[in-house]
Amino acid sequence: MNIHEYQAKEIFRKYNVAVPNSKVAFSVDEAVQAAEELGSDVSVVKAQIHAGGRGKAGGVKVAKNLDEVREYADDILGKTLVTHQTGPEGKEVKRLLVEEGCDIQKEYYIGVVLDRATSRVVMMGSEEGGTEIEEVAAETPEKIFKEVIDPVTGLTPFQARRLAFNINIPDELLGKAVKFMLSLYEVFVEKDCSIAEINPLVTTGDGEVLALDAKLNFDDNALFRQKDITEYRDLDEEDGKEIEASKYDLSYIALDGNIGCMVNGAGLAMSTMDIIKYYGGEPANFLDVGGGATAEKVTEAFKIILSDENVKGILVNIFGGIMKCDVIAEGVVEASKQIGLEIPLVVRLEGTNVELGKKILDESGLNITSADSMADGAEKIVSLVK
Amino acid sequence: MSVFINKDTKVLVQGITGGTAKFHTQQMLEYGTNIVAGVTPKKAGTDVEGVPVFNTVQDAVDETGANASVIYVPAPFAADAIMEAVDAELDLVICITEHIPVLDMVKVKRYMEGKKTRLVGPNCPGVITPDECKIGIMPGYIHKKGHIGVVSRSGTLTYEAVHQLSEEGFGQSTAVGIGGDPVNGTNFIDVLKAFNEDPETHAIMMIGEIGGTAEEEAAEWIKENMTKPVVGFIGGATAPPGKRMGHAGAIISGGKGTAEEKQRIMRECGINVAETPAVMGQTMIETLKENDLLEKSKTH
Repeated sequence: MNIHEYQAKEIFRKYNVAVPNSKVAFSVDEAVQAAEELGSDVSVVKAQIHAGGRGKAGGVKVAKNLDEVREYADDILGKTLVTHQTGPEGKEVKRLLVEEGCDIQKEYYIGVVLDRATSRVVMMGSEEGGTEIEEVAAETPEKIFKEVIDPVTGLTPFQARRLAFNINIPDELLGKAVKFMLSLYEVFVEKDCSIAEINPLVTTGDGEVLALDAKLNFDDNALFRQKDITEYRDLDEEDGKEIEASKYDLSYIALDGNIGCMVNGAGLAMSTMDIIKYYGGEPANFLDVGGGATAEKVTEAFKIILSDENVKGILVNIFGGIMKCDVIAEGVVEASKQIGLEIPLVVRLEGTNVELGKKILDESGLNITSADSMADGAEKIVSLVK
Repeated sequence: MSVFINKDTKVLVQGITGGTAKFHTQQMLEYGTNIVAGVTPKKAGTDVEGVPVFNTVQDAVDETGANASVIYVPAPFAADAIMEAVDAELDLVICITEHIPVLDMVKVKRYMEGKKTRLVGPNCPGVITPDECKIGIMPGYIHKKGHIGVVSRSGTLTYEAVHQLSEEGFGQSTAVGIGGDPVNGTNFIDVLKAFNEDPETHAIMMIGEIGGTAEEEAAEWIKENMTKPVVGFIGGATAPPGKRMGHAGAIISGGKGTAEEKQRIMRECGINVAETPAVMGQTMIETLKENDLLEKSKTH
C-alpha cells in the first residue's frame, strides 16, 4: 500500500525522524493559511500524488510570499500531473503540502528495502541525493553503500555511523544523521514497510539533518496489524476496479487489452497473459483469484472483469489445487446469470474436482466454449474476440 | 529414489482442524501419504480423518515420530508455526500458507540459522514424490512416477508443467514448489543440487517468474555444476513493469529481474528455455532427445 508524502512525514514526526515543518491543504485558502501559520520566509508548495517525479512535472514550487503561495496553490491544485511514474494519463492533484523552505547545504539519498538475496532488511545510502537513484545505480554503483541488518539487533549505531561516513555526512552532523537512520529503521520494522525512501535527505545551514521528501510503501500482507496505516489509504489514487477487487481479496491489475482473464495463481495468471499475447490478443487485466476463493468471490471477480468496458471476451484458466474447480464453475455460472453475460466466454478447467466443475458448466445451459489446454483456450478466445 | 520425501516420510499437519487443512489432509491420505499426527492448540485428544491431534508440535513428534510437517496455519500465526516445527527438529517443514508478512519471514530465516530443518515455502503448493508421498495442495492425479525433477516458484504453473509431462508419458521423480514469496526457505539451487545427486532423476524442469534474481543465480550454478539437462520457463514475459516490484527493490539486484534478462542468462548457461507455457512439455521432449535420454525417461 502507498501513502502520501505528508502522511509519511506525520509518521516520521511520531518516531523522531526529523522533517521540516509543514501542513497539508485541500484548498487554496487552506494552503495560504498553512503558509501563514508556518511563518517562514520561503515556503514550498508540493503536489501530493502517489508518484515520484513531481518536481519535473511542475508539481513543486518555491513561494517567496503569501501571494505566490496563493498563485502556486491555485495553479497546482486540480492540475493533472504527468510524471514517469503516473503513466500517460497522469494524476489529478487533490491535496497539497505546504512546507517551510530550508537552507539546503547538500542532498543525500537514504533508502530502506528488503534484500531478497540475504533475506534481510538493507539500508542504502548515497551522496548523490536528489537524482533518480536508478541512474546512480546504473552509472556510478560504487556511490551506493549498503548495510545489511540483523533482525535480532536491528540497525546498530556502528552501522549507521559507517553509512554516514561512507556518504560523507560532515562530522559535526554525524550524531543527527545516526539518530535519523536509527529512527527510520524503527519506522520500517514497526510499521511493516516494504520501502522507505528519503530522496533527498538534506543537511541545512542551521545544522539539521532532514527528510525533505518521504516515500513509504507498506507490506499489504501485514496491514491486518497496522490499522492506523490503513486509515491513510487514499482511494482517489487507486484504480476503481482494483479497489473493488481488494475488498474481496482478489489480486487485480487493470491493463489496456480486451480479453478479460480470470486465473488462479500469480504465475499461471502471468503466463496466461503471455500466451494470449503469443496468439495475437491483448489481455485486459491480471486477475489472480487466489487459493481460498468462494463462489461469491468468483462472482465478484467476474463482475469486476466485466465492469471494464474494453472487455470483449473472457478467458477463465484454472488449474485447481487448493482451489476447487467446482467452486470456480459455480461462481462462473452464478455471475453469468446475474449479469446476463453477452460476450464470448472460454473456460479451461483442470485439477482438483475437475469433473464436477465441468459438469456444473455443462448443465448450466450457458454458452460456454470449453478448452482442453491453456494454448487451446488462448487460441479460442483470441479468435472469438476478433 | 526421489528428493526430500518418500514413502517412509512421517507427516504431521499443523493447523489440521481448519477447513482447508481438513480437506487436504483427506486428499493426502487418499493419495497414500503417511500422516501420523495433527497439531492445533487446545484440540489435543480429538482426531481429524482418524489422525490424532496434539497441542504442540513437540508432543506430536514425541508420540508419533513424525519427521516432516505441513503448515496450513493462517498467515498471522504461520511464522510462529514454522519456528515451532524448527524447534522440534523436524527434517522438513513445508509451509503452504500465503500472505505471511515479509518481516515475519526475515525473523524466521534468522531463527533457522544453524538449525537442521529444511523449510519449503511459504506460499507454495508443496512437494510430491508420485505414488509415494504427497505433501501439500497439488492435485495428485496429474502426477506420474518417473524421471523428471520439477522445481518451480509458482504453484499452478507447476501443475501445468507436470500435467504436460504426464500427458506426454514422462513421469516425475519429485516435484517441488519453492513458493513465490521474496523471502523463503529452500531455493532453486538447493533443489537442483538434490536432483543432481538423485540417480532416478534424468532431467530437470525449472519454472521461474519475473522479479528477483533467483533464476539467474540458479542458471550460473547449473552452468558450473549440473550434469543433467535442464529445461526452463519464465512466467510474466509480457507483464507490465511495476506494481508489485518496488523500484528500490530492483536496485539492490542491480536492475535485473525482467523475463528477457532471465531467459537470456538461462540460455547462456545451457538451459533450454520454453517459448510459451504451452510448450514446456514439448521442450522437455526435445531436450531428452538431444541428450539421448528419451527412451530411458519415458514411463509408459
